[in-house]
Amino acid sequence: MSPTDTPLDPPTGPQPGDWTAPAASAALLTVRGLRKSFGTTRVLESIDLTVGRGRVLALIGPSGSGKTTILRCLNGLENADGGTITITPAEADPASGAAAAGTGTEMTVDFGAAGARATSRLAALRDRSAMVFQNYNLFPHKTVLENVLEGPVVVQRRPKAEVTAEALALLTRVGLADKTDAYPFELSGGQQQRVGIVRALALRPQLLLFDEPTSSLDPELVGDVLRLIKELAIEGWTMVIVTHELEFAREVASEIAFVDGGRIVEHGDPKQVLRDPREERTRQFLHRLLNPF
Amino acid sequence: MTQSNWDLALSALGPILMGAIQGTIPLALVSFALGLVLALTLALMRLSRLRWLSAIARVFISIVRGTPLLVQLFVIFYGLPSLGLLIDPWPSAVIAFSINVGGYAAEVIRAAILSVPQGQWEAAWMVGMSRRKALTRIILPQAARVSVPPLSNTFISLVKDTSLASLILVTELFRQAQKVAAFSQEFMLLYLEAALVYWVICLVLSTVQGLLEKRLDRYVAH
Repeated sequence: MSPTDTPLDPPTGPQPGDWTAPAASAALLTVRGLRKSFGTTRVLESIDLTVGRGRVLALIGPSGSGKTTILRCLNGLENADGGTITITPAEADPASGAAAAGTGTEMTVDFGAAGARATSRLAALRDRSAMVFQNYNLFPHKTVLENVLEGPVVVQRRPKAEVTAEALALLTRVGLADKTDAYPFELSGGQQQRVGIVRALALRPQLLLFDEPTSSLDPELVGDVLRLIKELAIEGWTMVIVTHELEFAREVASEIAFVDGGRIVEHGDPKQVLRDPREERTRQFLHRLLNPF
Repeated sequence: MTQSNWDLALSALGPILMGAIQGTIPLALVSFALGLVLALTLALMRLSRLRWLSAIARVFISIVRGTPLLVQLFVIFYGLPSLGLLIDPWPSAVIAFSINVGGYAAEVIRAAILSVPQGQWEAAWMVGMSRRKALTRIILPQAARVSVPPLSNTFISLVKDTSLASLILVTELFRQAQKVAAFSQEFMLLYLEAALVYWVICLVLSTVQGLLEKRLDRYVAH
């Protein structure tokens, strides 16, 4: 990273504003035939997904539909039963011409492959992606700054001074400059979730994952967090967001996927899917969500 | 109390305190430290996904908790020699007390580890930690806070239980009191004096427990 870069610059080239042409950007994330069962319950039937570099995919659907499981598989928190997840960073793109090394190379995790140790393939996914949890899951015994440094310094072994400077810039940017030495319990839900986002960004992931990031927040605190995620989208971070905030999905997502019964029922442009869904199940779901009474 | 009783109590205080300093306190500290290491090992074995490892720990804990400490002590000191294994009083006592603490504290530590929400493991994995790193940096520090009160109980019980070592000839607080009592025939006086010294030691420990809890509670909402 050169000194002129701001810490929030995403690792891939930003392509803001290009919301309507999915084919225009090369795929960063490719999921093929992802399957997952819990005991005898099939949670994911066969999921195919593609997310272009710098684009935002919103996953919507009823609870229990499998959308959170998709996200957890992407972060290696669940071990899928079959299928592949491929992550192609910009450096590994022949078009970019940059040298590929380490996490700069293309990586494919094949869950159906025999012999591969589950822990190593799950760890490989975690090297590439970072998750923002519904319940924040900050480390309560560590201060805000320590929460952010834990991954980059302790796990990635990057120089502490460099990471600290970067973390402080990120915290300042999300309005938490005066909270760096506070413990999580001293923060509001909205502040905790912003720390959760900074903790994810500090890992320099190629893919950002959000699991219902505002579902645990008081209504008046939701706006701050959604605004921050929108800024990240405009800056060109590649993201997958599980959300119930349809307005937000319409405005921020480049594409939307409606998940039900462990399948992707409908996938397309957010405005089209939300205004005029092709599938009856999508229509029913949106109708219930928009007319709760 | 008569003057001679006072004099006897005072003159006995020296040997009793020596017994505490040379016997009771180091015996309790060493046994507790070793016992905690054993307990952590047993707790992690119990939590292991390997069934046989978990089963070994479960059986061990069951035996330790299901048999009297005095019997364990006698088996080691008086029983093992018949198998050709002769162990001195002090190490015998340390072994028995460590095993006993290990069995009891293992369940405390296991429960404390389980009390840390699953989301903490996931957040640790998310930032890239291995299981071992997640355990040492994220889970155990939080489990430690929860386990201070019950482990303090275990330690305070242990301090008093070390009096059993007097039965295998370890020079400790109670044995010193017994010696003076046998010599002077003032049983009531000397045993009450021993009880008082135990109580004072435990009062100090309770204070330390309070300080420790306060320190570990600094990141929790009140």
